[in-house]
Amino acid sequence: MAKSIQEIDSFAEKLPDDTRASVHHASKLKTEKRFATLASDFEEPDTLRKTAARVKQHTLEHLDEYLLQAEASLQRNGATVHWASDSEEANATVLRIMQQRGAKKMVKSKSMVSEETELVAYLEKNDIEAVETDLGEFVVQIDGDHPSHIVTPIIHKNRKQVARSFEREGLGAYTESPEELTAMARRHLRAKYLAADVGLTGANFVTADTGRITLVTNEGNARFSMAATKTLIVMVGIEKLVPRQSDLPLFLSLLGRSATGQALTVYTQFIGGPKLSGLPEGPEEMHVIFLDNGRSEVLASDCREILRCIRCGACMNICPVYRQASGHAYRFVYPGPVGAVLSPLINPQGFPQLADLPKASSLCGACQEVCPVDIPIPDLLVRLRRRGKLEKAEKASINTPGFGVWASGATSPGMWRAGLKMGHAMNYLPRVLLDVNPAAHAWQEHRDLPPFDGGSFRSWLKEKDKEAGK
Amino acid sequence: MISPTVSGKRIKFMATCLCDGFYGDVAKASYEVLEHLGCEIEFPGGQTCCGQPAHNAGDWDNARKVVGHTIRVFEGEDPVVTPSGSCAAMLRHGAMLCLEEQPEAPEARALADRTWELAEYIVHGLGVTSWPGRFAKKVALHRSCHTRGTKVYDSAITLLSSIDGLELTEVGELDQCCGFGGTFCVSFPEISKNMGQLKIDHLIAGKPDCIATLDMACAMHFGGMMDRQKIEVPRMHVAQILLAALQEERKTA
Repeated sequence: MAKSIQEIDSFAEKLPDDTRASVHHASKLKTEKRFATLASDFEEPDTLRKTAARVKQHTLEHLDEYLLQAEASLQRNGATVHWASDSEEANATVLRIMQQRGAKKMVKSKSMVSEETELVAYLEKNDIEAVETDLGEFVVQIDGDHPSHIVTPIIHKNRKQVARSFEREGLGAYTESPEELTAMARRHLRAKYLAADVGLTGANFVTADTGRITLVTNEGNARFSMAATKTLIVMVGIEKLVPRQSDLPLFLSLLGRSATGQALTVYTQFIGGPKLSGLPEGPEEMHVIFLDNGRSEVLASDCREILRCIRCGACMNICPVYRQASGHAYRFVYPGPVGAVLSPLINPQGFPQLADLPKASSLCGACQEVCPVDIPIPDLLVRLRRRGKLEKAEKASINTPGFGVWASGATSPGMWRAGLKMGHAMNYLPRVLLDVNPAAHAWQEHRDLPPFDGGSFRSWLKEKDKEAGK
Repeated sequence: MISPTVSGKRIKFMATCLCDGFYGDVAKASYEVLEHLGCEIEFPGGQTCCGQPAHNAGDWDNARKVVGHTIRVFEGEDPVVTPSGSCAAMLRHGAMLCLEEQPEAPEARALADRTWELAEYIVHGLGVTSWPGRFAKKVALHRSCHTRGTKVYDSAITLLSSIDGLELTEVGELDQCCGFGGTFCVSFPEISKNMGQLKIDHLIAGKPDCIATLDMACAMHFGGMMDRQKIEVPRMHVAQILLAALQEERKTA
């Protein structure tokens, strides 16, 4: 038999059955909820998606202006703005802010961009305790694992695994009750919030006109992360801007519904800046770090539409490949269809290392159909396949046949017809289906080929025309 | 995805490479259905393949050659009709993508404007919304992915559900792909196989007498799996069902 040698395929093959079942079940459920809420709440959900796409595309096309506007607005609100061109700079900025305050302890809420910069590992190396307060991220942290989904980081785990981890870490006795498990995490994290000096969050949106950070969570952990600390740090990718505060109803209408099927998440926060004088609580200083980390290059490329992404995860939830392979198969922070485009472009090891990701798709188009900002993901995947081909990326070429012979046959009608007639069309039809190579073995392993009947339609038509005297 | 705007009864028929090589009966059925509708059909003999296999694999140098050939073979003003949602999608979208900023781009765009999938042509090009004859069977219609963003699937539903005796069965998780995906099914055999199995399970859940498809490529993949597993539910192209209904009518007439 032909062995799966595409990494994502072999990862899927080896995935434990219970992991696959957890991922499949949860992503299918979220997809169904998404369809149900969008269809019941809006007459034309597609119009919303397309409008949101245009707003984001406009923002990207004027990103230089909106970033400066956002900076000015944030400064007006009393926040300090930092610019980081890569992970190292972003992490170093966080460390510097903490050191300036003599801070040693951080509580952080969920932020994919901080996963991208590997912030927690960096801070720990510098003797700073950084605790993840999102429940899923917390489990990931104590297990020394990585998130496998951008919204539900432990979609690959079940409650039994979480219970064993909590027992191991001394959070409480083994229980399979979700309520009891949540209560254990809550008790543990309360103490961490109260002891922390600094809170760090990501941002779902930054509005350029008002300089406000919008954060959506279901656990309220982002609120706690800033309520109990003196310093708030927000780390955000430069693509997270929207022009106006008044654009938010559109995006918030789409984000929760697309992500989890919720009309609105449990908490939606709008953070205008550090606490105003006279208010009893709130962070005394606020820093916003805008991270580039390859995004400018993506913006300059023919895949710039991927920067519209608002990180809802709908594309991975519906993706049949993600459902089989799970998120870790994608070998970087962003899995699924969005990751198959974004990760090869921004991962620090460079494009060739993840050039196989764009191949891991049947180009079925389900991702674009559910995307709240209508990103043409299948087109972008094909563009990246082309790039892999042009750059001769080895990982992209595994198990992919050449098309040179096929193209010769398919541009020469004489050869094509002769091939059909002589039963040799196998040489000119897509070789991938037919050739005696490992790929064809893979086909034959689970499927029978239909009998070849090359040219039968043409002969029939010829007879028919003859009878009709044509 | 471009929606075709150019219609009319003088058409060019694109058989597709799969029907040329494996499924001659599907091409014949499509041709006879079009004849029944009173179309004046030209079959350009120089046709080969739409170019999609190389395009999707990212080999645009070879794809452009084959797409360019297809554009030349089907040049003119007449609508092009093909019994494949996927080949239609290639000419209505993919061709323009791989030819962007190329000299042939305007011709690709013009071809997109007059390329129809068969069922969509019947319903939206000719305005035919009910089909004569009889086909007394339970049918599970497979929604192929490359009909997304078009009226193809709904057109097939319109036609099939209008046929006397025909009962459509429920098919679950229509949004899920069958796992064919061209080179995908051989590059990612494990994932493709699992996707195929899920699709087969959904298609046969309603105990249909036959499975109807708008794309022979999907049927070649999941049908090949069904054959291997000895699941003996026949697969028919929608055109073959339309023709069978017509033949039933002619018999009783």
